[in-house]
Amino acid sequence: MEIGLNHYLVLTTILFAIGLVGVMRRKNLLMLFFATEILLNAVNISFAAISHYYGDLTGQMFAFFVIAIAASEVAVGLGLLIVWHKKHNNIDLDNMSTMRG
Amino acid sequence: MFEAIAFYLFAFLTISMFYIAVTTTQALYALSALAAGMIFISAFFFILGADFLGAVQIVVYSGAVMALYAFGMMFFDTTREIKEKQGNKAIILGLSIISAILVVVIVGAPIIGNNITAAYPVTEGAGNVQEVGMVLFTKYLVPFEVAAVMLLVAMIAGIVLAGKKMDLSLTLMSEAEIMMMKEEDKKVHL
Repeated sequence: MEIGLNHYLVLTTILFAIGLVGVMRRKNLLMLFFATEILLNAVNISFAAISHYYGDLTGQMFAFFVIAIAASEVAVGLGLLIVWHKKHNNIDLDNMSTMRG
Repeated sequence: MFEAIAFYLFAFLTISMFYIAVTTTQALYALSALAAGMIFISAFFFILGADFLGAVQIVVYSGAVMALYAFGMMFFDTTREIKEKQGNKAIILGLSIISAILVVVIVGAPIIGNNITAAYPVTEGAGNVQEVGMVLFTKYLVPFEVAAVMLLVAMIAGIVLAGKKMDLSLTLMSEAEIMMMKEEDKKVHL
């Protein structure tokens, strides 16, 4: 049985859907970050798969830059999260409604 | 044959790990499941022949990002159960499925259009790391440098945001001093 590109695309779609469910149902901001990592990783797999099946290295390059962006996102996001937690003693999304109109 | 076995095994493992990471109410379980899922994902990169990407995945995600999350979780109360959003489950499920179908359409578009040629084709007789190096330092040199500057900015931002009052050591201070500091903090915030 040959594993084709469609196998990988279906797998990444399932992983992406799991990440989306996580983003929508989590209230804790740290758990929301975890779900974001799942989304980014799902896209990375599909980039690598397309790169492999078309014999093109561009997909791998994009996955590489996505990893770099994810790393910087975590650094800044966790810094902001720690500042917020020091100030308000919780990291629930529902309490971050100061900009609500 | 072995490729198929490896694919299905790691697909099952990754999906179950990420499902645990998304549904559990314990922050520590979520962190552990996510770290395991990251390692399993690197297996896909090795199956696909992207060795360099697999190594980067293990080093950056399972090493750096997970360690950062573990350190970050020391600041929060992780023993407390996480309260979930009480939303309409049907709406959430429907939105997820619609988004997933949208992603399939977006990702599957290049397969329907079959007149695609490789812009940077794989060189014969070179290892994956060599190929990645050649493409990264010729065609993608400017994005690479921009990414380096962005990582530097993120590092400085992380230090500035999280590193306040790092000159004080809570373990070396006496209880009275810590209480006084907390009182002053409250006055500042009020």
